[in-house]
Amino acid sequence: MSGASVVSMRRRRAGMGGSPMGWATLALSALLLAGCARGPAPVVFHAEGYPARLSDWNVVYRDGDRLALNERVVPFDLNTPLFSDYAHKLRTMWLPEGTSARYEPREAFDFPVGTILSKTFFYPVAAGENGVARTDDTSRDHAGEGLDLRNVRMVETRLLVRRQQGWIALAYVWNAAQTEATLERTGASVPLQLVAADGSREPFTYQVPDQNQCAGCHASNNTTREIKPLGPKARHLNKDYAYATGSENQLAHLVELGYLHDVPATGVPRNADWRDAANASLDGRARAYLDINCGHCHNPEGPADTSGLWLDSFDRDPRHLGLCKPPVAAGQGTGGHRFGIVPGQPDESILAYRMDSDDPGVMMPELGRDVVHREGVALVREWIAAMDGDCEQD
Amino acid sequence: MRIMLVLAVSGLLAACGDGRREPATAADAEFQKTLQQRLLDAKPGDVIDIPAGRYHLDRSLSLRVDGVTIRGAGKDKTVLSFKGQTSGAEGLIVNASDFTLENLAIEDTKGDGLKVNEGENIAIRGVRVEWTNGPDTGNGAYGLYPVQTRGVLIEDSVVIGASDAGIYVGQSKDVVVRRNHAERNVAGIEIENCIGADVYDNVATHNTGGILVFNMPDLPQPGHTTRVFKNRILANNTDNFGRKGSAVSAVPAGSGVVIMSNDEVEVFDNEIADNQTANVLIASHYSAGYDSKYKPSAAFDPYPEYIYVHDNRFSGGGDSPDGLELKALKVAMFGLKGRLPDVLWDGYANAKRPQGPQICVQGASGVLDADGPNKNKSPKSDAKPFDCKLDPLPAVAMKQA
Repeated sequence: MSGASVVSMRRRRAGMGGSPMGWATLALSALLLAGCARGPAPVVFHAEGYPARLSDWNVVYRDGDRLALNERVVPFDLNTPLFSDYAHKLRTMWLPEGTSARYEPREAFDFPVGTILSKTFFYPVAAGENGVARTDDTSRDHAGEGLDLRNVRMVETRLLVRRQQGWIALAYVWNAAQTEATLERTGASVPLQLVAADGSREPFTYQVPDQNQCAGCHASNNTTREIKPLGPKARHLNKDYAYATGSENQLAHLVELGYLHDVPATGVPRNADWRDAANASLDGRARAYLDINCGHCHNPEGPADTSGLWLDSFDRDPRHLGLCKPPVAAGQGTGGHRFGIVPGQPDESILAYRMDSDDPGVMMPELGRDVVHREGVALVREWIAAMDGDCEQD
Repeated sequence: MRIMLVLAVSGLLAACGDGRREPATAADAEFQKTLQQRLLDAKPGDVIDIPAGRYHLDRSLSLRVDGVTIRGAGKDKTVLSFKGQTSGAEGLIVNASDFTLENLAIEDTKGDGLKVNEGENIAIRGVRVEWTNGPDTGNGAYGLYPVQTRGVLIEDSVVIGASDAGIYVGQSKDVVVRRNHAERNVAGIEIENCIGADVYDNVATHNTGGILVFNMPDLPQPGHTTRVFKNRILANNTDNFGRKGSAVSAVPAGSGVVIMSNDEVEVFDNEIADNQTANVLIASHYSAGYDSKYKPSAAFDPYPEYIYVHDNRFSGGGDSPDGLELKALKVAMFGLKGRLPDVLWDGYANAKRPQGPQICVQGASGVLDADGPNKNKSPKSDAKPFDCKLDPLPAVAMKQA
């Protein structure tokens, strides 16, 4: 079975997905025998400059009705992801042959120079002009490990590239034909309409970040200003993924591929899946949500350390987590409330208020969303509502 | 070496005039893209010149390269208008050192006008930040907002309409704020958790509170050593339009200088007049309504200490304090037509500090101890306990000032 899977995977990667099966099989056999694939060109690591097209990197490529992953490009996802206007995401990792990332227990893995991470933001298409579906359902998104472009619309693909000097962030915006994505270093605004299952529509502007805005989140230490990946951390990656070869724990899979080393046998942290109420506690789900959505700025070294509010997943005293903590510089973002979190009272909590806003002067996170994440707000409200006590002094 | 980068954007003049409510034009979009591209590609030493004109932007600008100057043709000539801004919590966000912003205006941002989050040697000169609709709770919070910076000079600038503080320097070291004009903000100028700040030759008028020196809890750096001198702090009587819960929303309208929880503050040689609650308020964390069940770390000092108010020119003020409690206090002690004395202290002091709070006042009409710890039961109008002198504080040594 596994042998067949490998072949089918290779065939797809050889760029023949649109061909009649017989011909493809024949051609594939020929090429396997000949030992020289006429597949996609290999992934290209650009050590400097700003390549203008996504295809210049060749990490992902258009193959008939699919967006396909190149050789040795490995997909991954996170226990709880960052919310980005209901976009679905295809994340991939590619490391140069013979290199490997070192495991880190808390921070992003230490990736070698030449690493290319990609994240493609897309939506299931919906009816009407610029219609995209507001849905968590990913069942029709994929074709193999890539994307089924008959069902989804790609908006942008972001690359994080590890160069000698450090990481660089680049955002490529897909054209209407979905055939090429072009570098937009100053960002872009894409008008879209979220269409719910009941047909209701919410127009919004999808904001592709400019290069500095990428750093605004990815430089989670505001003093070194060093850009780092946010997703590929042990606690986010420690979960199963449905690879073409079958389902497997992502860390184990990366180790097998030689992409990751020094993973300890025990004690690997794991964030909750924010939607998995059956298997994870409310506290675990809410903290996982706050960790990935807020913790990159709200940590003791981050850009939001100016606020004294720390929302990463590590042990924090209640006050730094916002409990009965007055804001420092929230301005009109208080919404008229006195404290970050008032136990038991989401309506009195600044945290919930700012998550529930789409006003750029009020909302949190400050970047990366144009609409409210209703389900995320509901989770955090439920978490606050379940807390005992109040802020009154005894 | 300095390289001049002049933005060559055609059709900008078409966007001038009273285009304030016009949607952003193609020229504006092009300008925004070009300017942001310049900011991304800037090299240390670059000067980015923005010619005179009114430009509409709908998303934040950002800079992360050290050693860059952004310069306009004048604070009423080069105007970056963010009216209708759709994304970004600031007009311009900077995370860089050796940064200079001068001679331009930032108008109507959704959030802060300029935020500089970490960096050394920051100069802001001849800049206007304004919310053109005047005081409004929905305005952005801060006009000019350097935070966690070192070596900050803000001069010859104007801020109008901020819903929190017009000029707000937070958690910084070696700060000079001079010759600025702060008007119709909730707080005109606020120095918060800073170490070493000189605030002088400014005008703060028609704000809710004129000049504030605060310490807030939960932050890495407690502030001390601020000198407020040679300023004109006049008629700061605008109703507090800050959103409830914000740090300044507890400031009573009619406050001239407000010192809260900060230590080593010297207020001298100012003209302080007609601030209807009090010309000078000295308060602890406990009077601001910030206290709650979960306490800040024990290292946080909630009391103002080593405060020296002397040789100011006071006139008027105290005649119509904001809030029922203060009104009642005034009537009870000074009668309907009376006024509170120039200096009002909430009365909270650290009983364990052997030398006492060291609040010294010279040359004021009086000092009122409001007896906050006993819910204002026994307020005392007696300047005697404050008739003392303190050593003057050192001037801020600025590399570039």
